[in-house]
Amino acid sequence: MPARRVQLFVTCLVDLLYPAVGERTVALLERLGCEVGFPGSQTCCGQPALSSGYPDEALKVADRFLDAFADTEGPIVAPFGSCVHMVRHHYPRLYDGERAAIAARLAARTYELPSFIVGELGRQTVGGRYPGPGLTAVAYHHECHMRYGLGVTDAPMSLLRGVTGCRIVEPARGELCCGFGGTFSLKLGEISVAMADEKLDTALEAGAQAIVSTDVGCLMHLEGRARRRGLQLRVHHLVDLLEPDGAL
Amino acid sequence: MTGASERELGPGRLVIEPPRRGPDPAVTPNLHRAAGNWATHRADARRRVEWEQWRERARDIRSDAVRNLPELLEMLEARVIAAGGQVHHARNAEQACADVVRICRDAGATRAVKGKSMTGEEIGLGPALALAGIDAVETDLGEYIVQAIGDRPSHIVAPAVHLSAAQVADLFTRESGRRFDPDDTAALVEYARGVLRARFLAADVGITGINLAVAETGTLAIVESEGNIRLTTSLPRVHIAVMGIEKVIRDWSGAAHLLQMLPLAAHGTPAAASTSFITGPARDGDDGPEEVHLVLLDGGRSAIRGTPFEEALHCIRCGACLYACPVYRQVGGHGYGSTYSGPIGAVITPLLARDGDAAELRGSSLPGLSTLCGACVEACPVKIPLDDQLVMLRHLTHQRDPARAEAALFAAWARLWSRPASYRATAATAGRALRPLWSALARDGWQRRAPFPFSGWTEGRDARAPDPEPFHLRWRRVRGGG
Repeated sequence: MPARRVQLFVTCLVDLLYPAVGERTVALLERLGCEVGFPGSQTCCGQPALSSGYPDEALKVADRFLDAFADTEGPIVAPFGSCVHMVRHHYPRLYDGERAAIAARLAARTYELPSFIVGELGRQTVGGRYPGPGLTAVAYHHECHMRYGLGVTDAPMSLLRGVTGCRIVEPARGELCCGFGGTFSLKLGEISVAMADEKLDTALEAGAQAIVSTDVGCLMHLEGRARRRGLQLRVHHLVDLLEPDGAL
Repeated sequence: MTGASERELGPGRLVIEPPRRGPDPAVTPNLHRAAGNWATHRADARRRVEWEQWRERARDIRSDAVRNLPELLEMLEARVIAAGGQVHHARNAEQACADVVRICRDAGATRAVKGKSMTGEEIGLGPALALAGIDAVETDLGEYIVQAIGDRPSHIVAPAVHLSAAQVADLFTRESGRRFDPDDTAALVEYARGVLRARFLAADVGITGINLAVAETGTLAIVESEGNIRLTTSLPRVHIAVMGIEKVIRDWSGAAHLLQMLPLAAHGTPAAASTSFITGPARDGDDGPEEVHLVLLDGGRSAIRGTPFEEALHCIRCGACLYACPVYRQVGGHGYGSTYSGPIGAVITPLLARDGDAAELRGSSLPGLSTLCGACVEACPVKIPLDDQLVMLRHLTHQRDPARAEAALFAAWARLWSRPASYRATAATAGRALRPLWSALARDGWQRRAPFPFSGWTEGRDARAPDPEPFHLRWRRVRGGG
């Protein structure tokens, strides 16, 4: 079977703060038989500006996404649901005229990693192992833009269920936002932190030893708070758990 | 923050204060309990009906109403008058309050009973009546408590949700001199009922809001769970209903659907405990008021029609988006500083406050009070795209004040990140050139202090340091090109 051509949309936060998540995404896609391209002129989807009320600035940056991916081939896959929500939901509304048609075509080609693997590659699980002795209790945090924005909850859970060495626990009120919210986390830091605390406390109450998500914004917010509080709670991107040899 | 610095109380003004910047520990336990109950009931509701289809239908009913508003209002007015009622048009809050006061005076009324009404709160009706020397008491238990404490309602449906039973017991103990046990809710309710019963019997006028008005018959529908609405609209000689013009709907088929949707969304129950349908005053020999007055309030609503915010007028005031909102959950209704709180409040407050004047968007920091998580959109029984509207409003409120530092910051950011070379240069600067500065603060790639504009982050959280070798460099090192 010829390799399936896909394009990696790494997203700025993964690029700059969590490059290993990008590398693991590439390794996983290649393991699943994809040939991965990385359009080098990509920067950011523009969401921070749009969400903060600066659509003109967002468009300037979104233009780079359009230019970087418009002439590429195959699905565009990102390890970050929120940025995919930006492309799928907001791009077609932000643009008009000829650019809107390009944006709509790109939106239809853009997937977050779990939906691409489960929905497009038809793999319910891809293996993976949580390292260490025994079963680590993990709580999955559904990022809001994936849950509410894209309506995706099953795909990441399906992949997580295929991981050995861990068991899934369900914290109370798991549907609540963790309080990251992009620039919200900077502007209304106290509220943002209180929301993180509820998320962390309910995870601990459920016996979780680790929190897993696909949004590195949520992850750095939750881990940053857990570290400040000195909590014994690890935080991982889902793709970290999908390594075949438990390389975490 | 701009725009929301005024506190304007009294007749004819939306209450607008700067929103809270932190959680309110005095109310969060009460809110968390109430929101938890709501979430349980909502799950039940979704098992009872084809929720998504019901939402579609509810949205269609509301969108028909808002799109055809002038026609439906004309029909409503004609049918109310034909049924013997009287209709008053108020362009703004001042006029609406003046109408109510005038009707009271014409009726020689000095004592009024009020039903719970967010529109009444919106126009400052309580203070307006007090100023006019009309003794008006709130008869909804939650509103009665809030009024007695000198507070404001903090939730569209549950005005006293921020208070605990203990606070209510304290209030009633102070009021009556009797001792109340917070756990004995039956005694608390019994006490309020006794106090209120006397007020109902003495009242000359009953004043309510409405939940919807059926244009085809001129009927006003009001839902409730306590029986106070029935008494308010039937015992006094005069009934005055104040409604926002957008609450009209075309027909009874729509009414039947929305009157199920509203309690489903609000409480997870398919019907309110009781619903009053009022079509004009009492006919000969019937019980009921001699006069029924309908005050139609525009208050900035017409100006929202035909704009990208039109769907905000679809709101049926169920309060679901408040309970679903993770930010409301932390700051409470008063945290918004506005009459309407929660996600819908953050949207409609600035829109209504401009009162038809498009150049003015007050209350403008409210749209920031959201993480844009989308839980409100999912909860909304009429599918208002609240998150998209909040994003658009953030833009409009910024436009009002282009001088702010944030705008300059985003302009600079857009210049840098709209070109791959300068994007990579910022990454290299952050990840490598500043490394010596940060490595002193960082441990395992995390640091306890971050520079501007990220300094707010490290007040409560450690910050992840930029990686010295970002992904795009790793890719180039391993694969070349790029």
